Amino acid sequence: MIPLAHILAVSAILFVLGAAGFIIRRNIITIFMCIELMLNAVNLAFVAFARHLGNLDGQIFVFFVIVVAAAEATVGLAIIVALYRNRETLAIDEVDSMKD
Amino acid sequence: MAILFYIAAALAIIAGLSVILQRTPVYSALSLIVVLCALAVMYLLLGAPFIAVIQVIVYAGAIMVLFVMVIMLLNARRESATDRSRLAHFLGVPLLIALLVELLFVVWRQFPVASTHPAAILEGDPVSIGRLLFQTYVLPFEVTSILILVAMLGAVVLAKERVKGKG
Repeated sequence: MIPLAHILAVSAILFVLGAAGFIIRRNIITIFMCIELMLNAVNLAFVAFARHLGNLDGQIFVFFVIVVAAAEATVGLAIIVALYRNRETLAIDEVDSMKD
Repeated sequence: MAILFYIAAALAIIAGLSVILQRTPVYSALSLIVVLCALAVMYLLLGAPFIAVIQVIVYAGAIMVLFVMVIMLLNARRESATDRSRLAHFLGVPLLIALLVELLFVVWRQFPVASTHPAAILEGDPVSIGRLLFQTYVLPFEVTSILILVAMLGAVVLAKERVKGKG
C-alpha cells in the first residue's frame, strides 16, 4: 500500500516546481506549461484523496480539471499567438505595457 | 506494486525539473509529456484507470500537441537570459522552497504513515464514473460542454488574421 503522505509529497513537489518555473522563466509558452504542471500536481492530490476517502467524487473533479485545462490552454495559446503577431516577441519582460 | 509508484514519481519529478530548467521550449514540452505519462501510471496504481486513460488521450494527446504546434508555429527559440531585474527570482524561489517545506510538514503531521489506510478498494472504472457524471454531476458536465464551445469560439476569434479593410 502506498501511504497518502507520500502521494501528497509528490504532489507538493510538482506544484512547487511548477510555481518556481512560472517565476524564473522568460518565454511565455514555457510559463504556460508550468501552469499545466501545477494543475497536474493538483490532479494527483485529488486522486490521492479519492482513494483515501473511498469516494469517486475526487476523480470526477479531476475529469473537470482536465476539461477546463484544455479550454484554458486553447484560449491561452490563441492569446499568445495574437500577442506574438502584434509584438513579435515571446519574452514576457518585453511586453511590459499595453501601448506599443 | 508500490515500487512502480515510486519509480513513476521519481520520473515525474525529474521530468518536472527538466520542464522548468530547459532553455528550449520544445524540450520543455517533451518533458511535460513525460510528466503527464508518469502521472497516468500513478493514477493507474491509485485506482483511477479511467482518469489515467483520459489524461493520456486528452492532456498528453491533445493539449500537448496543441502546445508543440504553437511552439513550432511561432518558432520559439532558445530562451536568452533577461537583462531586467532578477529580484523576483531571488525573492520568489526561496519563498517557494519555504512553501514546499511547510506543505511537506503539514502533510507529514496530518497524515501519519502508520494510521492512514485507503477507505475502500476504489474502482474508478468508466461505469462508476459515468454513473456519477450523468446523475449527480450532470449540471457541471453540461456546463463544461458549453465552456468548451465558448473556448473554441474564443480561440478562433483571437487567432484569426485581421483582414485589411473589411471586418
